[in-house]
Amino acid sequence: MTASSGGAVKAQPWNDLSARPYVEIERITKSFGDFKAVDDVSLKVYKGEIFCLLGASGCGKTTLLRMLGGFETPTSGRVLIDGEDMSGVPPYERPVNMMFQSYALFPHMSVEQNVAFGLKQDRLPKHEIQERVATMLDLVKMSDYAKRKPHQLSGGQRQRVALARSLVKRPKLLLLDEPLGALDKKLREHTQFELISLQDKLGVTFIVVTHDQEEAMTLASRIGVMNHGEIVQAGTPSEIYEFPSSRFVADFVGSVNMFEGKLIEDEPDYVRIRSPEIDAPIYVSHGISAPPGAVVWAALRPEKIFMSVAAPEGGADNVVRGTVQDIAYLGDLSIYLVKLPTGKVVRVTQPNTSRHAEAIGWDQQVYLSWDASSPVVVTR
Amino acid sequence: MNYRSSIFVLTCIGLGFAFLYIPILSMVVFSFNASRLVTVWDSANSPTLKWYASLLHNEEILDAAWVSVKVAVINATGSVILGTLAGFGLARFRQFRGRFTLNAMTTAPLVMPEVITGLSLLLLFVALEQLIGWPAGRGITTMTIGHMTFSMAYVTVIVNSRLVSFDTALEEAAMDLGARPLKVFFVITLPIIFPAILSGWLLAFTLSWDDLVISSFTSGPGSSTLPMVVFSKVRLGVSPEINVLATITLGVVTTMIVAVSLWMARRAKIDKASAG
Repeated sequence: MTASSGGAVKAQPWNDLSARPYVEIERITKSFGDFKAVDDVSLKVYKGEIFCLLGASGCGKTTLLRMLGGFETPTSGRVLIDGEDMSGVPPYERPVNMMFQSYALFPHMSVEQNVAFGLKQDRLPKHEIQERVATMLDLVKMSDYAKRKPHQLSGGQRQRVALARSLVKRPKLLLLDEPLGALDKKLREHTQFELISLQDKLGVTFIVVTHDQEEAMTLASRIGVMNHGEIVQAGTPSEIYEFPSSRFVADFVGSVNMFEGKLIEDEPDYVRIRSPEIDAPIYVSHGISAPPGAVVWAALRPEKIFMSVAAPEGGADNVVRGTVQDIAYLGDLSIYLVKLPTGKVVRVTQPNTSRHAEAIGWDQQVYLSWDASSPVVVTR
Repeated sequence: MNYRSSIFVLTCIGLGFAFLYIPILSMVVFSFNASRLVTVWDSANSPTLKWYASLLHNEEILDAAWVSVKVAVINATGSVILGTLAGFGLARFRQFRGRFTLNAMTTAPLVMPEVITGLSLLLLFVALEQLIGWPAGRGITTMTIGHMTFSMAYVTVIVNSRLVSFDTALEEAAMDLGARPLKVFFVITLPIIFPAILSGWLLAFTLSWDDLVISSFTSGPGSSTLPMVVFSKVRLGVSPEINVLATITLGVVTTMIVAVSLWMARRAKIDKASAG
């Protein structure tokens, strides 16, 4: 799991109050009958960003994207692109292009004709169209396939053509609907980095819809996690991963061990949580804002738990004993399922740093410990 | 159990095809018969092409064939235009109350007994002529309109079912790239659904070509179609020329069907490849 930001934006315009957002979504709602697909969403996206809308299927992320493209009309609220109100502006007049999930390549046209289609609509001179199409195909390394029809291409090649077609009009904003969803894993990883370098080169703002959190982590400068038509948290990949604001986000992005409990000590610089699921109290080295006695959840990432056969040194805080119940060997790391005396099963991942060490086996008694700064406490 | 090459399966296929094709085959064979009597094989002078020659000089049949071709072509073209519009409208227009009823109504002419359609059209044309003076008498125009009423329903069904499986993202992509809706229809939608439109055209042509009932109700003097002439001739006794005519029709239809199916198969292969 990479938690680094792959986006091209090195500065953080979203933290700069004077920065002008490029895309502004103002309290937008879309209802289909009684069902609210998008529920009162507001969002600001800045120039040069790769913003990922991340969520499970049916969370409203595609509907939100389609409203930006002009394919759905918002029930209420509005979208501003570069300061201009997009209400009532049809798709063919928006300064926006979209790359569709199915790629939507025109089957009766060659690769070249597909890419040229958008430029032809603008009635550009013929030689300029040819020039720009050639440059674009070169950029996505598809020049050798210019005369082929879409059905003669592989999935990865089609993806490149679709990308070229959506970029050739030099849009200021490109919408991508699951851009890598149809590719296999190896190709997907490779294409992710290509997409980032292309975006960097052209300086286009990307808004990407995806259900794949790894994809979002790699691509995005910022991620907006969506659930039930709302953006539940927006932030950089590391913010989302390390400081989830709710149980949903913690659970949806990466895997997590969740302990439900009550605050037993609540000080400005530390808290202690007593959970019936774990013998020892959980000590967290930072204060939180929750009423005393409130129900809270301590979220602990599997890779932030240390596992040892011998008792770790230091205090009794944040140390529990358990039995290894299951091991999954994944090559680069192993996942251990450790059963605590209370019956709670804790997920622990350990990198396989040595080739021969297999010190911990099934049914072994182990100590689990973690740093006091590792647990994230969420109140909802 | 393996049925694939058993005698039972071969017998089934053989009997089925015999039932379908023996009557047609006998007709083809008898078109080369020298005898004036259709049912008697003149083995001394057969086979001969003399009835083929005599057909070419039969003005009545040639005129009727020309009327049939005209009606069928105009009908097929008109039905394709109207049917495509109707099919497109039904497939693309947003969900509205009564859509199901409208859908069902377009297909009603398919199940309406031809006699009733023909009679109602005749009454309508007569009433119209008395009210506004159009259509003046009955002929090719009224016959074509009559054929279009039911041909169009077939085309609508074909085009509509093709559009239901059409990936609307293609239209959206074209619009996204700056094409206006009308342009999208002609540059993207129409070329992609063209095979469905072509099969609609062929079906409408065929329906019109062998229609007898509605033609009889809506035709006027001097505008008899081929089926009408054949039917009236057969009632007086079958002439060998009819066998010849049927054989030629059969030849043309078979060639057309084979050509179109080959072309469609190639298209289907491309569609499948681009979908997968």
